[in-house]
Amino acid sequence: MNSLVPPFDLQQFFLGPWNGDVAGSNFWIVLMGFLVTTACGLVGNYLILRRMALVGDAISHSVLPGIAIAFLISQNRGTLSMFLGALAAGIVTTVIIEVIHKKTRVKQDAAIGIAFTSLFAIGVILISIYTSQVDLDQECVLYGEIAFVPIEPPVKFGGVVLGPLPVVRMGIVAALTILLIWVFYKELLVSSFDPGLALSLGINATLVHYALMSWLSVVVVSAFESVGAILVIAMLILPGATASLLSDRLPVIMGMTVVHAALSSILGVHLATWLNCSSAGAMVVMASVLFTLAWIFSPHDGLIRRFVFRRFLRHEAPAVAEIS
Amino acid sequence: MPMLRKNKAVRAAIFLLGAGLFLLLAPSAQAAKIGDLADLNFADQILRFFSMKDPSVRYALLGSIFLGVSCGLLGSFIVVRKMALVGDTLSHAVLPGVAAGFLWNMSKDPAAIFIGATIAGLLGTAVVSLIKQTTRLKEDTVLGMVLAGFFAVGICMVTMIQHLPTGNKSGIDKFLFGQAAAISEGDVKLMGIVTLLSVAVVLFFYKELLITSFDAGFARAAGFPVQLIHYTLMLLLAFSVVISLQAVGVVLVSAMLITPAAAAYLLTDRMHRMLLLAAGFGMLAGTSRAFFSFLGPSLPTGPFMVLGASVVFALAFFFGPRHGVVMKWWHHRSRADRVQRENTLKSIYHVLEGREFKGEGVSLRELADRRRETIEEVQTQAKDLKRQGLATLHEEGNLIFLTPDGWLRACSIVRNHRLWELYLTNAAQIAADHVHEDAEKIEHVLGEEVVRELERRLQYATKDPHGRPIPSIEDIQRGLAGLSRREDLVGYGKRS
Repeated sequence: MNSLVPPFDLQQFFLGPWNGDVAGSNFWIVLMGFLVTTACGLVGNYLILRRMALVGDAISHSVLPGIAIAFLISQNRGTLSMFLGALAAGIVTTVIIEVIHKKTRVKQDAAIGIAFTSLFAIGVILISIYTSQVDLDQECVLYGEIAFVPIEPPVKFGGVVLGPLPVVRMGIVAALTILLIWVFYKELLVSSFDPGLALSLGINATLVHYALMSWLSVVVVSAFESVGAILVIAMLILPGATASLLSDRLPVIMGMTVVHAALSSILGVHLATWLNCSSAGAMVVMASVLFTLAWIFSPHDGLIRRFVFRRFLRHEAPAVAEIS
Repeated sequence: MPMLRKNKAVRAAIFLLGAGLFLLLAPSAQAAKIGDLADLNFADQILRFFSMKDPSVRYALLGSIFLGVSCGLLGSFIVVRKMALVGDTLSHAVLPGVAAGFLWNMSKDPAAIFIGATIAGLLGTAVVSLIKQTTRLKEDTVLGMVLAGFFAVGICMVTMIQHLPTGNKSGIDKFLFGQAAAISEGDVKLMGIVTLLSVAVVLFFYKELLITSFDAGFARAAGFPVQLIHYTLMLLLAFSVVISLQAVGVVLVSAMLITPAAAAYLLTDRMHRMLLLAAGFGMLAGTSRAFFSFLGPSLPTGPFMVLGASVVFALAFFFGPRHGVVMKWWHHRSRADRVQRENTLKSIYHVLEGREFKGEGVSLRELADRRRETIEEVQTQAKDLKRQGLATLHEEGNLIFLTPDGWLRACSIVRNHRLWELYLTNAAQIAADHVHEDAEKIEHVLGEEVVRELERRLQYATKDPHGRPIPSIEDIQRGLAGLSRREDLVGYGKRS
């Protein structure tokens, strides 16, 4: 056990990741984590509102066969083919879930379970048969390889080196996510909270649904390489869930999502450096810790406040009621 | 006491299942040792079977069958309880426990891993219900969060173990996707124990599980310990997830829980049949997995098992006798055909009625005019009537004669239509010119009993709201020939 967990040294914990030679690569890892968590968290807020958190889970698994087939067909690892494959996979998943759920009496949760496990199984089989062509390994699928982000070939734009390809790609996706949410804010809001009202306002709720699912697939696939299929779910749900414990206003929740993304990615890298473990995993662990803190200390209805309130009801309230 | 009887039926059936399992495996034990088989009696065969002379294949097969049975049984309960994705969360949440169990003495000790994983899984479900009770977050969000949070802790621990000097060849990463070759004798024993336990619990607490699954409110009112049963189910679920880990892997275990049970759910309405079918499908998927791992030992075997289960589900989805999509389509098709036939018959009746039942048969031209369709369309309809024995065709198919059967059907459709129109105008006070559309639909589905009731309520009226006679039993029985000789219809109720 002793050799597993290195001794905790506060100074080392805070300064370790920023020591000379590793600082550069850790900067890109933190930035990548921040961009992934921001883009996923913002889209994830709508999943939480629509009670579709587990559809996000399903799509994050089922982009795998999409990517694998796209790589096999196009014979390269181009960004475009990857996005197209993921888009197709996302839409196929959504359609399969709808069809099983609507055409039979199988409930939606079971339909989700069937759809994503089948597709994920196909994906794993494909990448293990065509290992040489697909160039994705099973560990990468599960928890990503965010540590390899800094050594990816850098992108140059107009003679200026912007950064490693995945980071630049993720940055563009995150920016587009913010832009899309800003432009279609009303449509998303109304159709998430009140589909009936959306219909009467002339908003096509089905179209919004499929558009959201498509964009979700794009976000998931650009995050895929760095955090893997399963940790993406954490990035989708945890920031929004944490924020929704702290506020009722969607704009505030959106802002907190970004703050949560920044904190969890920075703290995650610190944790990973200390424990010498997977950076993406450590980021999710820190994101869960942040959630737990919000759960316990939230001024709205955190555990402590609940406890105090219940005591108040039991001891003080009867007295107050007697006086008045 | 239908409940008790069903309980017995289930016990008998599961006993048969167990016996079948033996029979399934006995030949494979024989086949391996076909040379020195002659003097073996049954007991020796069992001994030989449990001694496992050719371990790898038989461990894999036996293990797959065990976990197919236990996952199928427990999966049925979580599917009907609408908790399908609890299984998913549970299966991801066990990962830190697996890693902790591995750390216990740095080896893949099945007992340590089993205990660690079970504790982690139960902790996960406890955290889910705690968050659900104390926050406003919805169930799906909580499930996703706990799934990912626990999994991330597990991933961190696994990567830490792999960075240790001894950790790299530990094979702990095999828990993620499963590998049949990694199954040892100890694992198979564990699987057997867990499967026996699940089967025993399902047998002895069948009634309790059934009631709490379908009507928790009633169960609580009747004094059943609903919470206790819930947690027992969770415990068993955690057990069977843990034993499936090596074979299927953390990521895809939930498929073994959900997919066979959902396929069974499409095929039957009875819980005990669903349990048996789900266990059978689980075994089928397990066998296919053992087969594939035999073919190519380097392939990840879990995904093949999942695909086997998915294929079973797809078959049930498309070809299930009651809920299958193809069958539904077929029923819809044949219903549409019947409605079409009945409408043609009705039109023939109208044509005959238009000329007061004089003359023999109806020409295609008349029918086409009446139905406002082309001759070709009417011709196919006439041929369909002939195929069904409702009409005969004369003069090169240009003249349609109704057979007695056809006449009967035509009369009853017109009668249904007119009775319903009359009923709507009389009883529901709907204007006479608004009732036709409704009657057009209902005429095809009114049963004899409803028709009798309508006649009684309408006091055997003879005319519909438009003043046309409603064909009576007597009219129908006299047949078309007798009718055309008389002046007109008797109408309903005149006979008494």
